[in-house]
Amino acid sequence: MAEISRDTLLWIYERMRLIRTFEDKVAELFAQGLLPGFVHLYAGEEAIAVGVCAHLTDRDYITSTHRGHGHCIAKGVDVNAMMAELFGKATGACKGKGGSMHIADVSKGMLGANGIVGGGGPLACGSALTARVTGSDSVTVCFFGDGAAEQGTMHEAMNLAAIWKLPVVFVCENNLYAESTPWFYHCAAKEIADRGTAYNIPGVLVDGTDVFAVYEAAGEAVGRARRGEGPTLIEARAFRYYGHFQGDPLTYRTPEEEAEYRRRDPIDQFRRRVLERNLLTAAELDAIDARAREIVEAAVRFAQESPYPAPEECLTDVYVKYP
Amino acid sequence: MAGRVITFREALNEAMRLEMRRDPTVIVMGEDVAGGARLPHVEGRGEEAWGGVMGVTRGLAKEFGRSRVLDTPISESAFIGAAVAAAATGLRPIAELMFVDFFGVCMDQIFNQGAKLRYMFGGKAKVPMVIRTMIGAGFRAAGQHSGSHYSVFTHMPGLKTVVPSTPYDAKGLLISAIRDDDPVIFFEHKLLYDMEGEVPEGEYTIPLGQADIKREGRDVTVVAIGRMVHFALEAADRLAAGDGVSLEVIDPRTLSPLDEEAIINSVKKTHHLVVVDEDNPRCSVAADIVALVASRAIEYLDGPPQMVTAPHTVVPFSPVLEDYYIPSPEKIIQAVNTALGRS
Repeated sequence: MAEISRDTLLWIYERMRLIRTFEDKVAELFAQGLLPGFVHLYAGEEAIAVGVCAHLTDRDYITSTHRGHGHCIAKGVDVNAMMAELFGKATGACKGKGGSMHIADVSKGMLGANGIVGGGGPLACGSALTARVTGSDSVTVCFFGDGAAEQGTMHEAMNLAAIWKLPVVFVCENNLYAESTPWFYHCAAKEIADRGTAYNIPGVLVDGTDVFAVYEAAGEAVGRARRGEGPTLIEARAFRYYGHFQGDPLTYRTPEEEAEYRRRDPIDQFRRRVLERNLLTAAELDAIDARAREIVEAAVRFAQESPYPAPEECLTDVYVKYP
Repeated sequence: MAGRVITFREALNEAMRLEMRRDPTVIVMGEDVAGGARLPHVEGRGEEAWGGVMGVTRGLAKEFGRSRVLDTPISESAFIGAAVAAAATGLRPIAELMFVDFFGVCMDQIFNQGAKLRYMFGGKAKVPMVIRTMIGAGFRAAGQHSGSHYSVFTHMPGLKTVVPSTPYDAKGLLISAIRDDDPVIFFEHKLLYDMEGEVPEGEYTIPLGQADIKREGRDVTVVAIGRMVHFALEAADRLAAGDGVSLEVIDPRTLSPLDEEAIINSVKKTHHLVVVDEDNPRCSVAADIVALVASRAIEYLDGPPQMVTAPHTVVPFSPVLEDYYIPSPEKIIQAVNTALGRS
């Protein structure tokens, strides 16, 4: 913890707070019926995306999941464009064609949220292969959930990345439930991290509510990948405050369980620890909180004031060229 | 002066070789595309074991090295998905799906990722990849190694589909597919690999979406796909030698995009249509072409349009059964007669 620079600490807090504020606002907008479709929110898991992406630059890639807003923000995707995308507006990150589950910004190394559970594993091998073939030191992080851990694609991808020693870090966000199904039911392994053994790669279990722990584990894994030493599997355990999707009645989990994780809230934990050690001041953190609210309010205004795409836009962007 | 004659297999190999020389971002990946990976007596000596299960990629690993010709595990989802994202991040991968029938184990990566990525990202990414895959019955390979299935992919927005019928077309179309900025599925009929034909040595391209009139004729338009082009030409020879019925044989070469004008213009001239397609008939390219002509040129038709396709069955094993399954010149002649009202 001591070796994290002040700038990085500020960045970590700023990104975690922005994700939380964004997601809480999206929940509110969704409840008001202002957003089409459905959304899967990341609140509670902020320490994972931010602790990992703190080690990445725009030249590095990530693949994401249906719960992708946090990954986007941690990777630096423009928040206005994200919000406009959720509203289905022409100014959205994907011009209103992707929505919550497909927000992407390849220029930022964000290869898309993904509506297919486990869909990102093979893709992560691809951007990592590009790095290998072009001689770049770019690293790819593959975020996936505990549900995706049981998809064949993830096993294929981890094996392929391992035999080719690709610069990939597989980050399993174990938020304890695959939709409503508890992970101890759907997973035969004692820990998902144990599966690293099967691919002869390191498997590391970290507390996904502790951004310092995530930061440290990810630093090691990203370093290994960048040095050409191959992939790592990190299992980061955390809790999603909202349901699998907005509207989920949450009948599968107990108030005690939620209270326990709320007590370990990743943002509160970070605040407590940096204040205890006098690394940052309360005034600095409060200012970041206020700025996050402003950024998100501005994003909502931007999205609401933006035009919808012309209906005929439905027909474009299928191909680069189609005679 | 006659040109150089090579096989369909060699034409495909040459297309990849020329493009790999020209563009360092072109890579080849798939099961056994070189073969013998990391074996000291194979890779260790700069050799390859197979060069593809049918030898189509033979010699590429020797010329370009194993970093650009990658043997994969039998993990189609992993390596086809990897090709998708490699394409989206700057490479031009050619992934080999050994038999098209294997799409069952990797379709998500082809159609939910590769085909949809550009659209879902609002046009802000492209996926310049090629999936080469083997199709076709007649190899006595039974139900899971003999399908054609190009109709499945032609149905999907975001994919382009190419089915060459001659060595010349195979080379020019594959070069175009590699240079194309969209994902292209390139279907190679396994019974055409040994076919010989004239193929120029240098690079040339054939635009995707441009049909070829393989034989000009007067009386009936026969649109035929892949290996079926040769059966249509055989039927045309026999009819011409018999009662003088003249077939115009059109090879669409690419199914998506489809050269609609070439088909419509031919039907306007001949007033009769037969479509020959080795794929299964329901929701097929054959049905699509009949619908196209019905909606755009029905007033020109003087007889019922006919489809000669495989039946709505799995490809059978026994030679007797498989021969029954595959459309034949005889069946095409029957269909021509029906279209002309002569049966």
